[in-house]
Amino acid sequence: MRSFLIGRLTRTIIVLVGLTLLVFLLLHLSGDPASVLAPATASAEDLDRIREDFGLNDPLHEQYIRFVADTVTGDFGRSWKYQRPAIDLILERMPATLELAGTALIIAVVVGGVLGMAAAANRGRWIDVGSVGFSIVARAMPSFWLGLMSILLFAVILGWTPTSGRGTPLHLLLPAATLAATFLADVLLLTRSGMLETLDDDYIRTARSKGLSARLIQFRHALPNAALPVVSSVGLIGGRLIGGAVITETVFAWPGVGSLAIDGITSRDFPLVQASVIVLAIAVAVVNLVTDLSYGLLDPRIRHQ
Amino acid sequence: MRGPVRTTETAAIEGTYVSPVGRRTLRVFGIPFLRGRYFAGVCLLVVVVVASVIGPLVVGHSPDAQDLTARLLPPISGEHLLGTDALGRDLLARILAGGRLSLFVGFTGAALAATIGVLVGLIAGFREGRLGTIAMGIVDAQLAFPFILLAIVFVATLGASLPMVIVVLALSSWVSFARPIHAMALSIKHRDYVLAARSIGATDATILRRHLLPHVLPTAVVIATIQVAHIVLFESALSFLGMGVPVDIPTWGAMLSDSRRYLQIAPWISIFPGVALVTTVFGMSLVGDWMREALDPRREQHE
Repeated sequence: MRSFLIGRLTRTIIVLVGLTLLVFLLLHLSGDPASVLAPATASAEDLDRIREDFGLNDPLHEQYIRFVADTVTGDFGRSWKYQRPAIDLILERMPATLELAGTALIIAVVVGGVLGMAAAANRGRWIDVGSVGFSIVARAMPSFWLGLMSILLFAVILGWTPTSGRGTPLHLLLPAATLAATFLADVLLLTRSGMLETLDDDYIRTARSKGLSARLIQFRHALPNAALPVVSSVGLIGGRLIGGAVITETVFAWPGVGSLAIDGITSRDFPLVQASVIVLAIAVAVVNLVTDLSYGLLDPRIRHQ
Repeated sequence: MRGPVRTTETAAIEGTYVSPVGRRTLRVFGIPFLRGRYFAGVCLLVVVVVASVIGPLVVGHSPDAQDLTARLLPPISGEHLLGTDALGRDLLARILAGGRLSLFVGFTGAALAATIGVLVGLIAGFREGRLGTIAMGIVDAQLAFPFILLAIVFVATLGASLPMVIVVLALSSWVSFARPIHAMALSIKHRDYVLAARSIGATDATILRRHLLPHVLPTAVVIATIQVAHIVLFESALSFLGMGVPVDIPTWGAMLSDSRRYLQIAPWISIFPGVALVTTVFGMSLVGDWMREALDPRREQHE
């Protein structure tokens, strides 16, 4: 278990170091880092001042060491657009992103799990056909269009929910459901195929021949075994949810870190973009690490590797 | 991400296109339901390709021709079949032009990704050295990481031209080739015929080209089909976020992004580009599934 822990921790650190290296290299590959770093309106003198301020004339390895040191201490520079330290803006918006991704995760796991079990238990009937059909459509559906269409239906035509923004639970409903849709489909199909596979096993037949009720067999006997692949996929889903939040937040004008990054792209605010991406990447890495570890706790085969 | 965590997940997800009904039960006009679904996929795809290739010649409107006296016209109004957008441009013409871009980007991106992914996967699997370990480490790290964050870094630093977007799309997808091809290469290279080839003095390059490559090509083609759908989807997401190709090229993503402001008064400009996108992605993934099942009969028996 200890070596498993150390291995996963090392990998997380390597991923994060790799990302900072990539950001740094791409910035310098772009030809003129100063013009990328500068706001859109910068003049030639401004560019010179930026080269001076950011030490762009120093040797590359010194610049990289300084960049990493700044990143570790949370100093990502100031946002041109908002004229404030980028890290402050991000920390203010982080709760919104976590709220959105967390709610979507709960929706995906609970609804997907329940529907997946129901589909497996009623194979071939309408709930099965409907669930699988829904999943296939949901996985081909781009989340931003799904979001637009749900705004059109629920906010514009029916008037049940607000069109965008954050505040009440009603504000959260559409963005969270939109973000959850693809992942819900994944969880549904995984649970369904897991349950179907398990329900064929010998020990289930034994349980059935003992006269146990169908419900008891499903929950006590089949579910724990069928859940293992689902649990492992939830970890990957956690990371993908944060990536998907970038798009969902933009559609619904949700004031999170993802929409901040896109805001930074459109207003050519590089310090803001860089800081948002690195903070989101850290969030993903932490989520991945935590699920890897919890998976190790759940599955004895990994623990004893 | 080596080990049970990924393998169970991918295996389960890939095994999820299990038909909801028993395979021999439901038939539509004597055609089994499964085949009917794939038939639909092929039809959808043919419609999309034909429309994108021939459509722009038939429509009679330029996708860029603005007419400020005919802004936001609803569908079936006079000469504009699907209506017009906020600048009075014909929506149908723009959707067809967007289709051209989507397909172009989808196929070139998938081809580039396949080239990189197959090369890296094969070589890393064939010579299991340190370089292979590093390459597969990168693959696993990328698979566990939302690529959109990397795409943001690329676009913010290097800008977004058409070639640049294709490179970003290919980078998002090459890992989907490298991982399975690597696994195949690992299992093939110990086969007797590879040993035999080596014993008669074949070089590594010859073995790779003559004995490993033909073996993994069908798999690569199947993955490529599915990846085209992913790339089309990802391209439109990039365009929607304002990180796609330059704005003078019509794309479905950018059209949907512009349409948001008119959702209340002109919902059709939000609906039709999305329908085109979903049709393309759906058709492409159905064809991909069909090819996968056609090439791997074991998967069907598994049901």
